[in-house]
Amino acid sequence: MPKKYDVIIIGAGIVGSLVARFLSKYQLDILLIEKEANIGMGASSANSAILHAGYDPIPGSNKALTNVMAVEMWPVLSQELGIGYSRCGDYVVAVTAEEVQVLEELLARGQRNGVAEIEIISGTEMRRREPLICPDIVAALWVPSGAIGDPFAATVAAAENAVMNGVELMCGTAFEDFLMEGNQIIGVRTNQGDFHCRWASNAAGLYADEVMHKAGVRPEFIIRPRRGEYVILDQAEFQLTQTTVIFLTPTDKGKGITVSGTLHGNVIVGPNANFVDSKENKDTTTEGLQEIWEGGNTLIPTISRKHIIAQFAGLRATGNAPSPDPALNYNQDFIIEIPNNVSGLVNLGGIESPGFTAAPAIALKVIELLQNAGENLQEKPDWNPVRAPRPVFRNLSREEQAALIAKNPAYGRIICRCEMVTEGEILAEIHAPIPATTYDALKRRTWLGTGRCQGGFDIPRVVAILAEALAKTPEEVTKKGGQSEFLYRSTKAVDQDYLNMEALI
Amino acid sequence: MKRDYDVVVIGSGPGGLAAAIAAKENGAEHVLVIERDVELGGILLQCIHNGFGLELFNEDLPGPAYAQHFIDDVRGHGVETLMDTMVLDITPERTIYAINKGLGYLELRTRAIVLAMGCRERTRAQILLPGSRPAGVYTAGTAQRFVNVEGFMPGEKFVILGSGDIGMIMARRLTIEGAKVERVLEIMPYLTGLTRNYVQCLLDYGIILEKQRTVNRIIGKDRVEAIEAVSVDEAWQPIPGTREVIPCDTLLLSVGLIPENELSKQAGVLLDPVTNGPFVDDRFMTNVPGIFAAGNVVHVYDLVDWVTEAGYVAGKGAAAFARDKHVEPGEHIPLTAGENIRYVVPHKLDKARLAEEQVRLQMRAIAPIEERVLVTVEDQNGEVVAKKAGAYARPGEILTLAIRPQAYELVQKATGLTVNVRRR
Repeated sequence: MPKKYDVIIIGAGIVGSLVARFLSKYQLDILLIEKEANIGMGASSANSAILHAGYDPIPGSNKALTNVMAVEMWPVLSQELGIGYSRCGDYVVAVTAEEVQVLEELLARGQRNGVAEIEIISGTEMRRREPLICPDIVAALWVPSGAIGDPFAATVAAAENAVMNGVELMCGTAFEDFLMEGNQIIGVRTNQGDFHCRWASNAAGLYADEVMHKAGVRPEFIIRPRRGEYVILDQAEFQLTQTTVIFLTPTDKGKGITVSGTLHGNVIVGPNANFVDSKENKDTTTEGLQEIWEGGNTLIPTISRKHIIAQFAGLRATGNAPSPDPALNYNQDFIIEIPNNVSGLVNLGGIESPGFTAAPAIALKVIELLQNAGENLQEKPDWNPVRAPRPVFRNLSREEQAALIAKNPAYGRIICRCEMVTEGEILAEIHAPIPATTYDALKRRTWLGTGRCQGGFDIPRVVAILAEALAKTPEEVTKKGGQSEFLYRSTKAVDQDYLNMEALI
Repeated sequence: MKRDYDVVVIGSGPGGLAAAIAAKENGAEHVLVIERDVELGGILLQCIHNGFGLELFNEDLPGPAYAQHFIDDVRGHGVETLMDTMVLDITPERTIYAINKGLGYLELRTRAIVLAMGCRERTRAQILLPGSRPAGVYTAGTAQRFVNVEGFMPGEKFVILGSGDIGMIMARRLTIEGAKVERVLEIMPYLTGLTRNYVQCLLDYGIILEKQRTVNRIIGKDRVEAIEAVSVDEAWQPIPGTREVIPCDTLLLSVGLIPENELSKQAGVLLDPVTNGPFVDDRFMTNVPGIFAAGNVVHVYDLVDWVTEAGYVAGKGAAAFARDKHVEPGEHIPLTAGENIRYVVPHKLDKARLAEEQVRLQMRAIAPIEERVLVTVEDQNGEVVAKKAGAYARPGEILTLAIRPQAYELVQKATGLTVNVRRR
């Protein structure tokens, strides 16, 4: 009799990882599967890192409900998970009278959604708060409950906390099909074999439509990938007067381009919002970079292209699901449901922005759905909600740094010179409860290679460390799993006969 | 170990090694070199090609041999060295904070500092190169380290963007190792590296260089699968109908070097936005008394010999500062870039210095002049203080010109000097 899980969660992005983390509180056997080599490689790895206050979504929609609910969860959650969080507030700025009208609408919507202390301030006041802002600004929406987070760290910490509490995680495990008996899901078929379960939770992000279609659910639901491009500025060269988030007035294309501080200290500019043909098309484009740069320049005229140190793109899982309340007449909502026509599926889909923000509330909704479906969830007596953060060398005082090196000399060796990431931090991630096994996983967890030299200095060193720690050859080390090896062959490929000859001598 | 030094040199490339030797030779007793890698020599250790030492020794040496000459001298002079050590911070009062696996957190005091951190390579992001983000996009120097130090090939089929020296040298190196270099692309209408490297590394190996052509897009999911090349006009705008997808597994970037001055800034050193290096006087002292800078940290050189020479000058200056504990109050006049000159290093000249020795100036031309040129140093009245004829002036090759002690009298009347390069 094969092992039967209570719940299998498909996809270890921020949503799947938080669902796993919140469900790990209960006496359930849970398996979290991820098709990529490491967790959090999809939309969770490439977004604005903004925790939205909730003035944007349509009142009454799943987006609005989960967004506003999650805003109050993040301060506690980030404490428990040992991750960064800063309630720096956000601004939406208007230049024209029409844009001021949009601000009024956002204000009204925010108030209906229950966003606290939201207000419109004058252009003069905005310029006083951020002197670098475009001088043409006539008004701004000020939202004190806007915040910034770290989606990579949040995903890793949530999944790690889940694993600490007994959840099994399998990376490199791609969903292929559901195992069904009639309209009852009894398991999941993957490229690593079949796994049986009582419940499956679809948290497949961009691929959530294809996953639910395998169960015969919502055949009309389609995710169209909508790409957002970003640039990152060198933190030594450009800073906002104070860390905050500043949006252009939104259009029908998206929330509007933002110039925003990040927890890592860099300023990020972006995104645009363009539909693309493929769920793998994370290309940056000349036109797109131009588009976001113009937007960024409109907000802050003093940003300079010379200060760009990185560019990337992420894909939003934009769906076409109508809100549960048909009166809203809104057709781009989150799906958070147990579908009527199939048993054993907790279906999540269309989780685009504000998905990062809403994720913990979505996880609570999943618990509620299971309970409503008759699951008698029993809390584990020993559930530990706390995942202790690991040391981040660059954030420590001199005394703390000295003490850390004295305790573990690996923290005395800098591997990434721009972001000051030590060998100790890299080894800690490789040997973490969820091991980082690729360069990109290490990059997202430690921030190595993200600075002005973009890995030029650290790549050879990190490849060597990964090879040794994972008992691989350097040629086997990958950037992000799959066929993404850094190296092809040794320059000194000596054939075996030659080696034998040496042995004879 | 000691915690108080006369001179601490940060970086052990050619500039740092020469500075340490010169500091010792000029009376500094306790001299320390701090190196972040595990051996002395800096980037020279991965430059196993020849072409080093022609100006200084009249010898054609590979990088490691050139470095060894100075490493032996450093050892012979009793300079202390700290390897595998990273400097985290420098204060304007010359306290240095550094870390090392074995020694832990170090706090050092010194009377003078020579900054010799070299430069870093410009990256994909800095040239806003669009496309996907697969493995297989490297700066030429990172690939050079992989091949020459680590002993691994980062690919088999290469396209190289940029005709900088490291890119051309890597084109040859990779070809020797059995890889195929499909193309070297250069966005400018002229070569950005040395002509001799074009001849010896590309022409001799039948590697195609295409000018006014660049990479428009990187293609590939896990690993680079191809790049899209495109021709550009004078304003770097793509010319329609010139796109070509070139299959390859690796893209190397040789698109410029930037002096590495993050530590300098922490120490309060002011940078020239043109060179991206510190403003320096003719002894290579920065605006912060007692903090000197030498080599590629000041501006990007084309020949190592001049880096070594700059290291000697900076090391000597640092020793004098450490000994006298003050700055010579000499009268400085500004050196400025004139006709077709992008910058001049040093930025100012101590008039009295010429009584002792010549002062070498380094310049870069703005645009190429492919005919005989005259480089002149002129005072405020157009009086020529120094001049030198050349067969051409190219942005890829540094112009050097020494103001000789014979010009001492002329310079005493000058309130400023301007460097020009003109057709003869």
